[in-house]
Amino acid sequence: MELTGIASYLVSFLTFAGIYAVLALGLNMQWGFTGQFNIGVAGFFAVGAYTSAILTTPSSPDYLGGFGMPFLVGLAGAIIASTLLGLVVGLITARLRTDYLAIASIGIAEMVRLFVKNEGWLTNGVRGIAGIDRPMADTALASPFAYLVIVVLFVAGVYVLVERAYGSPWGRVLRAIRENEPATAAAGKSIASFRLQAFVLGSAIMGLGGGLYAHFFGFLSPEAFMPLYGTFLVWVMLIAGGSGNNRGAILGAIVVWGVWSGTALLTDLLPTEHATQAAALRVLLIGVLLQVILVLRPEGILPEKPPRLTSRKR
Amino acid sequence: MSDILQLLVYGLVLGSVLAMGAIGVSMIFGILRFAHFAHGDFMTLGAYLGLAFISAFGLSSWWALPAAMVGMAVVAVFIDQVLYRRIRRTQPVILLIASFGMALILRSLVQLIWGSDNQTYASGIQFPWRLDWLGGLRLKPDHLWIMLISLGLVAGVHLFLTHTRLGKAMRAMSDNMDLALISGIPAERVIMVTWVIGGALAAAAGVFLGIDTRLHPVMGWTTLLPVFAAAILGGIGRPYGAIAGGMIIGVSMEMSTLLIPAAYKPAVAFAIMVGMLILRPQGIFKGTV
Repeated sequence: MELTGIASYLVSFLTFAGIYAVLALGLNMQWGFTGQFNIGVAGFFAVGAYTSAILTTPSSPDYLGGFGMPFLVGLAGAIIASTLLGLVVGLITARLRTDYLAIASIGIAEMVRLFVKNEGWLTNGVRGIAGIDRPMADTALASPFAYLVIVVLFVAGVYVLVERAYGSPWGRVLRAIRENEPATAAAGKSIASFRLQAFVLGSAIMGLGGGLYAHFFGFLSPEAFMPLYGTFLVWVMLIAGGSGNNRGAILGAIVVWGVWSGTALLTDLLPTEHATQAAALRVLLIGVLLQVILVLRPEGILPEKPPRLTSRKR
Repeated sequence: MSDILQLLVYGLVLGSVLAMGAIGVSMIFGILRFAHFAHGDFMTLGAYLGLAFISAFGLSSWWALPAAMVGMAVVAVFIDQVLYRRIRRTQPVILLIASFGMALILRSLVQLIWGSDNQTYASGIQFPWRLDWLGGLRLKPDHLWIMLISLGLVAGVHLFLTHTRLGKAMRAMSDNMDLALISGIPAERVIMVTWVIGGALAAAAGVFLGIDTRLHPVMGWTTLLPVFAAAILGGIGRPYGAIAGGMIIGVSMEMSTLLIPAAYKPAVAFAIMVGMLILRPQGIFKGTV
């Protein structure tokens, strides 16, 4: 009994860590590779989650839905929706300094939250969407463990994709933009178009993360995202793990999710009347952790190791 | 007609709050070259420091203002010395991340110390003056004070920037950092004064917001987007532009309630900002792009 309790906690822990790893890999594409500062992660995440939920849930009188599409179609929809959002944001900000992207991206996250909250016909507003099924819900394969396997497969797939992108000539241009923008422009690369591509690809990956979350958690509401904390955690994960390094992003997701869950275990010991204070204390600890990393080890646990240039054939 | 006039007054009050925040954001950007994401939470903390002061000494609500401004100026310099100064030598964008983290730290501190419930400086309802010669416009004394005091603060900042050595040094650093540094401007002192002014004005914005509505741990964060919009609209790095930007954003947000649901007020600020980023990213008063 005791053992199954621990096992099921572990499965749920790893699934969440895996979903966050997808988000961190998406952010790594934008920030780690290209140096684009997106703090609207929660917005792209929410768009992905809601799109997948609306596409797959049975019909309900309260909100748009009833398409009853399969899981994979829901995820594809999540990716398409967040890609479109990324395209709009990217087109506006690709030419500007990254500070402007940062400011615009909190705006996007806020707009998505306002929209989800106020457009009840689409999203059921603050009451949220419940009953989002896991894939293969009617079969024996609907266990949490099976879902963990699915999430791990997606993390692996995304990892292979972004790792190949990183080592490719395309990824090299992104790093060049990050390190020295004028020199890259002088080399004849279109900064804005490379930035836009990286931003859109990163947004698509975040949308996928949102879709995976929706089907794991089964319930979505504007507040369930804790939008800012979602964004913030992903940032701390990437920076702790090592921005620019894809394995670092995954490792950071597991470690920081462990710390975050660990603080939950600690604050659960406090009496329940201090529940809101406990939540604030957890954010405070993670915030301090971020500052300590930034001051002491800004390169993260696994610093970025750009692939060595192979010596030219003679 | 009187509706529009009434909304104009609300807009100018909101604009005063936004301008107080945006001047600080703009100055910090001009000197340190990063968007200060903890500015909204500076406003929140300032408002709560004011609350702590007046409830400790049993004073009336306006005493919160000087206490908050002094307190927040000290806190801002402290945060700069303890955290920002250590990472100033790396890229400015690292400062941006640090300020984002600082925003959450400050907010959770406010939640830990004062709790998450709404609080007010003074209970009870204030009766507005009815101005019959202006079509029955209602004006709350508090609103008038908010506008007058922000006008005074803006004039103070103006005099500082134009008539003191440090103020001139600050403008020089903002215009051309390299030139200013080789001509021997004391950079650390200028940075410190920037935080003093930015922190104090953010606290003023927070207290105004608290007097106009209520105090809440996310009051500053939700105001951050319009504050940034105001700073961008005015041309980031340009304190005077920030005032114009604040007024335009504030009035547009209030006027928009004639046409769209009030819940979408922040969306108006956002839309103006996005429009500006597309058409004229340097802002009305040509800031640093």
